[in-house]
Amino acid sequence: MTTFTPETDAQVIDAVRWAVAEGQPLEIVGQGSKRGLGRPVQAAHTLDLSRLSGVVSYEPEELVLVVRPGTPMLEVEALLGSQGQCLAFEAPDYAPLWGGQAGEGTVGGLVAAGLSGPRRLKAGAARDHVLGVTAVSGRAELFRAGGKVVKNVTGYDLPKLLTGSHGTLGVMTEIVLKALPAPPLTRTLVLAGIDAAAGVKAMADAMGSPAEVASAAWVPAELPFTGIPPRTPSVLLRLEGVDVSVDARLAGLTRLLEGRAATAVLDNDESAALWEELRDATPFAQRPDLVVWRLSVTPGEGAAVLERVRQAIPGTVGWLDWAGGLVWLGIPPGDAQAGLVRGALSGNGHATLFRAPDPVRAAVPVFQPQPKPLADLSARVKAQFDPAGVLNPGRMGG
Amino acid sequence: MRMPEPDARVLASRAALLARLREAVPGGVIAEDSAMRPFETDGLTAYRQMPLVVVLPSDTQQVAAVCRIAREMGVKVVPRGAGTGLSGGALPLADGILLGLSKLNRILDIDYDNRAVTVQPGVTNLAISQAVASRGFYYAPDPSSQIACTIGGNVAENSGGVHCLKYGVTANNILGIEFVTIDGDILRLGGKHLDSEGYDLMGVLTGSEGLLGVVTEVTVRILQKPETARAVLVGFDSSEKAGDTVAAIIAAGIIPGGMEMMDKPAIHAAEDFLNAGYPLDVEALLIVELDGPAAEVDHLIAEVERIALANDAVSCRVSQSEEERLAFWAGRKAAFPAVGRISPDYMCMDGTIPRKALPIVLRRMQDFEKEYGLKIANVFHAGDGNLHPLILFDANQEGQLEAAEKVGAAILKLCVEVGGVLTGEHGVGIEKRDLMDDQFGEADLAQQMRLKCAFDPDHLLNPGKVFPQLHRCAELGKMVVHKGNLPFPDIPRF
Repeated sequence: MTTFTPETDAQVIDAVRWAVAEGQPLEIVGQGSKRGLGRPVQAAHTLDLSRLSGVVSYEPEELVLVVRPGTPMLEVEALLGSQGQCLAFEAPDYAPLWGGQAGEGTVGGLVAAGLSGPRRLKAGAARDHVLGVTAVSGRAELFRAGGKVVKNVTGYDLPKLLTGSHGTLGVMTEIVLKALPAPPLTRTLVLAGIDAAAGVKAMADAMGSPAEVASAAWVPAELPFTGIPPRTPSVLLRLEGVDVSVDARLAGLTRLLEGRAATAVLDNDESAALWEELRDATPFAQRPDLVVWRLSVTPGEGAAVLERVRQAIPGTVGWLDWAGGLVWLGIPPGDAQAGLVRGALSGNGHATLFRAPDPVRAAVPVFQPQPKPLADLSARVKAQFDPAGVLNPGRMGG
Repeated sequence: MRMPEPDARVLASRAALLARLREAVPGGVIAEDSAMRPFETDGLTAYRQMPLVVVLPSDTQQVAAVCRIAREMGVKVVPRGAGTGLSGGALPLADGILLGLSKLNRILDIDYDNRAVTVQPGVTNLAISQAVASRGFYYAPDPSSQIACTIGGNVAENSGGVHCLKYGVTANNILGIEFVTIDGDILRLGGKHLDSEGYDLMGVLTGSEGLLGVVTEVTVRILQKPETARAVLVGFDSSEKAGDTVAAIIAAGIIPGGMEMMDKPAIHAAEDFLNAGYPLDVEALLIVELDGPAAEVDHLIAEVERIALANDAVSCRVSQSEEERLAFWAGRKAAFPAVGRISPDYMCMDGTIPRKALPIVLRRMQDFEKEYGLKIANVFHAGDGNLHPLILFDANQEGQLEAAEKVGAAILKLCVEVGGVLTGEHGVGIEKRDLMDDQFGEADLAQQMRLKCAFDPDHLLNPGKVFPQLHRCAELGKMVVHKGNLPFPDIPRF
């Protein structure tokens, strides 16, 4: 049981070389705040990147931030915020969801898990904002891919491949991120008293309008959210930008959706609090008993998928984000009910078992099983990066 | 240009190959020289090569059948969309099948509620926008060849366009693809949902230049058109000041819909060509377009004007009508033909640089002009640092083509030297293949090639493109393990 805490690229290479030579797999961690995600890793040794930390360079005018993987997210966000910029995909903080403290987590963990928040709907996902990586493969070789500029098609887009690969393809030692201006102002249009099916339709109409809606969610009566009347299923539409623009779009959107439900507007501060709760799945952080699923589906199907699971598994609560395309489900403790949850997808999209006790996640495929030819291809990709299987073995299943 | 040595065994078995292809793709096999001639080159017309045979399948099953035959017989396959690519990615191989996707040209599904359109790869980029225009939607990436280029080619090249700083490139605007592997397997990635599952294979397929698979269906995201768009035309007496203005606009938190820069030779060529109304007494010209709700556009236009004047702009005009806005763009969009008019030939380069390096890069380009005796005009996607130097030459003058190639290589090496990359949107293809060593180290390229090995272990898909050297997958896969020879590594630990 050894924990390596490298401070240089060379030390990461040494650790992986040792792991390969000795046939000893490594669990790769930053601060370990996302250990609750994925299949528990079977590795006796740990490669802890928390000391491979710090900002390498930040040039706001170039929209480019270069960081070491162990840099705490709090530090990254404070730095970007000091220049009026942000990670546009809206990094979620799920540490409390998995029983940790708010604010835990590193930028390497964020990228490795490929997680995006509510603004993903308009701004794209984490993978759309990773411009370059340097990583040590499971062959103990350091490689670079991508670049330090915002537009680049030179060579394969390995930064996208490594994003969301949960540390199974390489140990990232440097990450280049695209930084974008942070919105100066946010307001939220609330449609209070609308069921999920009508809510999805309203969100589709809003997204199809020129209002440039940044995020769109539907929340049920059963869960509390800031600014939402108690026990009232509601649609939430977030508008961001300069005040004249937000006001004009808000007026247009209100006209478009008039008559669907009672409307109200949340100001900047209430909006910020509300979207943070949606971003971090706070209602489920407050209900540690529930087993949590996160489903990516065709947006128009969101309400139907949610309803099918509610029918199949009594006691299920959930909300919709990404205009219906992201379904959050909390089901009563016990069995993960993977068959019923994945059955509700009707072959459209995929379901991730997002929070469950370790033994459950060891027994149930956490990530959606893939058709065989695709699973085989993914296995061949893994083997090309980590032929000895020493990097986070089992994390993504297989 | 050095290409892989044609395989004599394959050339000798052409008749057997043709017979199998004709059976698999009835009416879709072209084997006569005169009929194959149009396929001998793509948008990089300096290089030509007749293929072994051209196959034009009509559906995904036929694409899969062609791939299976190719794999079984060990024949190379070069996929081709509209053939508008500028880096030679669709240059045929003498011993390879040229697999044209032009017959897969149907729009399969328009889904406004989910803001998604599913098309076959041979549908043109512009046709997608046209198909959804009646409802106010469009497909955002707009490469300048959009009237002709196809979405399959856009995916293969990860195409951009003038609006991609704000709206992203192809990779950021596709939701799903179906593709055929060299084994003939038909795989689907993504769909109408936003996040793909497992490894982001769609991410690596996009921009893989036909080396990993053949795309047979694409689901793109469509957006509602911005309510208004207005442009500002700003002149400067130095490119430094223009560059400072671009940096200041971005630092002010403004991401324009488009932000283009032209240098003096490009301004003059464009103005001579179609009287766009550009000022001729400036060293650099910026076109900044703001789009969105009218109230926002008015606000941002005023901000951009203020920033430009604070950075010593010598002229500043705001478009007062849609007509005037389009006139501002007309000169920029005609920059290539305009340059084509003042020079018998030109070569278009495509590097990206950190914007702050622009003054150095432009100065060094002036040195190259003197050194090689050739003129260079520059158009620049200023917002994202994507530089398009146009090298003017006359192929009929002895030595000028070679000199232009040398200048081009020198410029791209310079882009890498200042922290940029070889290609921002045109792809590596054959054009920049032999410069890959300048941007990437051996281990970097080896890992990229290993990814290729996972998809195509025999290097049958578009070999000779992108990578300067082809290594056998078995060789790339070797790993030296120092079992027992490694001491416990000297790394801080607990």
